[in-house]
Amino acid sequence: MSSYTAATEQDIEEMLAAIGCESIDDLFEAIPDGVRFKGALDLPAGKPEQEVYAEFAELAARNTSADDEVSFLGAGMYDHYIPSLIDALLSRAEFLTPYTPYQPEVSQGGLQVMFEYQTAMSELTGLPVSNASLYEGPSAVGAAAYLAKLANGRPRHLVSRGVHPHSRETLQTLAVGYGTTVEEIPLKDGITDIEALKEMMGDDVGVVILQQPNFLGSVEDIRSLTAVAKEHDALVVASCDPIPLGILEPPGEMGVDVAVGEGQTLGNRLDFGGPSFGFFAAAQEHIRRMPGRIAGETRDVDGRRGWVLTLQTREQHIRREKATSNICTAQALNALAGVVYLGWLGKKGLVELGELLVRRTAYARDQLNQIEGVTALHEQPVVREFAVQLDAPVEEVIRICQSKGVNPGYAIGRDYPEFPNGLLVALTERRDKAQIDLLAKVLAEAVAQARVQTGAAA
Amino acid sequence: MSEASYPKDLLYHQEHDWVRLDPAGEWATFGITWYAQDALGEVVFYDAPEVGSLLTKDESYAEIESVKAVSDVFAPMSGEVIEVNTSIADESGVINDDPYGDGWLVKVRLSSVDEKEQLMDSVAYQALLGQ
Amino acid sequence: MSDMASAETAAQHAAGELGEEIIRPESPLGMTGETPQQRDAAVTIYEKSKPGRRAFFTPSTEVPEVPLSDLIPGQFLRSNPAKLPEVSEPELVRHYTRISKRNFDLDSGFYPLGSCTMKHNPRLHERVAALPGNSRLHPLQADSHAQGALELMWNLQEALGEIAGLPHVSLQPSAGSHGELAGVLLTKAYHEDRGDKRTKVLTPDTAHGTNPATVTMCGYEVVKVGTNADGGVDLDDLRAKADDQVACLMLTNPNTLGVFDGNIEEIASIVHGVGATLYYDGANLNAVMGISRPGDMGFDIVHFNLHKSFTQPHGGGGPGAGPIAVSERIEPYITRPQVIREQAGSGEEPRFVLDYDRPKSIGRLRGFQGNYGVFVRSYAYIRSLGAEGLRQASELAVLNANYLLARLKEEGVAEYLPVAFDRLCMHEFVLSGAPMKKELGIRTLDLAKRLLDHGYHPPTVYFPLLVEEALLIEPTETETKETLDLFADAVADILREAANDPTIAQSAPYSTPVRRLDEAAAAKTPVVRQPL
Repeated sequence: MSSYTAATEQDIEEMLAAIGCESIDDLFEAIPDGVRFKGALDLPAGKPEQEVYAEFAELAARNTSADDEVSFLGAGMYDHYIPSLIDALLSRAEFLTPYTPYQPEVSQGGLQVMFEYQTAMSELTGLPVSNASLYEGPSAVGAAAYLAKLANGRPRHLVSRGVHPHSRETLQTLAVGYGTTVEEIPLKDGITDIEALKEMMGDDVGVVILQQPNFLGSVEDIRSLTAVAKEHDALVVASCDPIPLGILEPPGEMGVDVAVGEGQTLGNRLDFGGPSFGFFAAAQEHIRRMPGRIAGETRDVDGRRGWVLTLQTREQHIRREKATSNICTAQALNALAGVVYLGWLGKKGLVELGELLVRRTAYARDQLNQIEGVTALHEQPVVREFAVQLDAPVEEVIRICQSKGVNPGYAIGRDYPEFPNGLLVALTERRDKAQIDLLAKVLAEAVAQARVQTGAAA
Repeated sequence: MSEASYPKDLLYHQEHDWVRLDPAGEWATFGITWYAQDALGEVVFYDAPEVGSLLTKDESYAEIESVKAVSDVFAPMSGEVIEVNTSIADESGVINDDPYGDGWLVKVRLSSVDEKEQLMDSVAYQALLGQ
Repeated sequence: MSDMASAETAAQHAAGELGEEIIRPESPLGMTGETPQQRDAAVTIYEKSKPGRRAFFTPSTEVPEVPLSDLIPGQFLRSNPAKLPEVSEPELVRHYTRISKRNFDLDSGFYPLGSCTMKHNPRLHERVAALPGNSRLHPLQADSHAQGALELMWNLQEALGEIAGLPHVSLQPSAGSHGELAGVLLTKAYHEDRGDKRTKVLTPDTAHGTNPATVTMCGYEVVKVGTNADGGVDLDDLRAKADDQVACLMLTNPNTLGVFDGNIEEIASIVHGVGATLYYDGANLNAVMGISRPGDMGFDIVHFNLHKSFTQPHGGGGPGAGPIAVSERIEPYITRPQVIREQAGSGEEPRFVLDYDRPKSIGRLRGFQGNYGVFVRSYAYIRSLGAEGLRQASELAVLNANYLLARLKEEGVAEYLPVAFDRLCMHEFVLSGAPMKKELGIRTLDLAKRLLDHGYHPPTVYFPLLVEEALLIEPTETETKETLDLFADAVADILREAANDPTIAQSAPYSTPVRRLDEAAAAKTPVVRQPL
């Protein structure tokens, strides 16, 4: 018996008697001797809760979290302030412990949350239909590509180089299964090169995938790019950062077919990259091709308003090999955090937050641009993130900054070899003016020091 | 339609589809039988083929969805779709209520009228169901 | 069943006019304290909004308040704000708290959903996941500043590898079906690297729907393999279908019928004999931890559902995680990045790093390195239980399932809900409601809905497809004998009640926040958002 089981010796005896077996071992007689594991698994012995906690506290202490440094890391996940009411609500047993709502009569809480979440994401993206969440951002981009494949079966999928490297790589990995080819649309001056897109377009292009703002922080001209794609009837997918959507024109207003994105920034922890959620919203015509769970409103036999999982015939448990995706588990708890966060920000709060981010990001870019050896990578409008090029080895600069308690951002050289000492700097409302000024100061010192260490400018 | 019914003037295919031949023999109407709609449950969506598309006998040409199931609809004979029943989109339950009348699925210009010899009559089809 | 007399009786039952025959638990399913009006009022947060109300107050900008259109051209800006709710914080809390009480949950009651492994979710796991060193750690933090996290991931990899009996583990997939996707893509990469183009994947007809869906997404054709009279794979059918076009056989053992396929060694031999890989769907691992290892059974690729055997809370439908363990020959293709341990110089501590240098890797299936928050919880479970605890968990899961089966094989139940395969089961078993439907006039669905009135979440219904009117029951090891007894008694009660009057179950439930919902209407005319 352990903390989590209750079977006493007496219980076991009684149960075995009812079953008609002599010992627990007899219950496993169907397992042939050749595959019966002998002895014990080579794992350490179990420990009581108190000791497990101590071990985990020690491990956690060896991580430098956003509490331990002033962090300008972004690139898909952002250090926004999560209100305490989210922790409280998510820890409720009624949200934390149930399964997917297969019995709607006793799952109205979860289904109503899904419906409210779907409404919020539909509002943000300007598209009428949203599902109840996918795993996270890049795999949602992959799911959008699958929808395009189901919709038109065309072999070529185009993706902007401004789309997150993880999303682009996920598309390549999945394309092997989809039987499509993924081609990259180049960037020019920090945004997608529309002339290059025109050259690449054809009637064999099934989908054009863009990101807003793009990975380098730029606001893209989604409307114009979409128009080019539509000349050849291709689908358009926009992968969006949800908070900037509070102030940017939503993709649904610009002819985009599917909007997806990473939802972590909405009320979810950094958690070293997961769990979070991906959102997926689409134009009405695609509703029957959408992946993931969808909650729909209906009435019960007595006329009460209620919600159910609907359009389940898209899904794996019914349509099996012809399903719109293979998804079973989604990210319900994380989507709950998302919808509560949006309710907490509220209609005005989301807009004000966006405006604050735009102003602080512009200020930060200006400040950094003035540092010797630091140049803004492009001049495009930005919302909450921007890239600079350093005149010194970026890894060394980061190391020096971190030693002074500031994490200046993400080195993009591995993903963008054309910017070998590129640095991506992200802002949230937690990075106030004093911290931005501190970044400027520390970065200036670090760049100067790194330049000296390596001789002349790199 | 609550009572099972298999009209005598129709021909039947083993995948639970019926055929109503136009007297001149050049075209026919297809639909699904009472048994099929009963097995599916309440129909919620008819994924119809396009006018002009070509059907091949014994191959799937459409899908019908209920809440908990999706069913392929198989062509009982070959030909070209000349008309699709668009009223189903407004009220999909007509397939349950009137599978042989207003619940018809497609009208087809037949390419091989002789294929009708391979279909069953009402008696033979009901015998198949009885098995 | 829908004649006038029963409809009328059903209405009387619903209105409570037929007296104490109806089970109306005093505190059904956590609904304590809600008045009927409150129960009926399913009001959304949008409907509760009032212009001007707010919970969040924006910090002061502090930097120059440059006009927005100076920074971003007006053509890119939104003309109308998103119509998010406008409510105060107490309203938010009350709204979501109140609707949470309309959920049945595992902490509150027995949840024997077959194939889902609804075992207790220890709250220690929440505490360690919430440690700031974990929850506030950015995924792109430098490896040297994330050693605690990387070591934890590496330790979890090692532990899962040991449990699976396969040496190499990737934690990247986010759910079981994501792990399946990884597994089939890895199989594809393995074959293509050998210059061998294969076109088909075999799955048993009892497979979970994610299996065939995954196969199609990977560009393979699904071929179904039959099940024999004992509930295992039909070996003759397998031999007939296993040829050099087959890339993989996807199996779970024990399977979705709750049966351990004793022919697994022969199956592995047939599959490997044609050069195909053998994939293990780990959904049923709870039956065999420390007792039999998929790697020893001959599987090449195994996925785990951390939200099943390893107690990650189900969260109402996620998050989860679906790590995979693979054999030596599959390892080169595993996703990027992979957590590895580097031995530093002598006398120095080993270092843990994210390794991207994997030239044959299939690439990535998601961003960053996976659902780390789930890894923390699962690893805490493994550290709490240890080798012996894990084995014991499986033993007691199988004991509980067999005991509940024995109770349900008693007279009064067995003749209406016979077990599909009459042998010792593993951690779950399938009953068929076909005789119940024929003799008593109530279906598995009706039994499930009536169980709601008794305060239970029903078992899984209508899966696996192979069994008519299926009822798939998995109690798990964290339930007491008394709970199992009470559940068996409730089933017997419902059958007795149905023998007297089937209309009661046919119109159940009566005591839940809503009664049976019109799913057909929801599918015909989907209303998937609030109009605003």
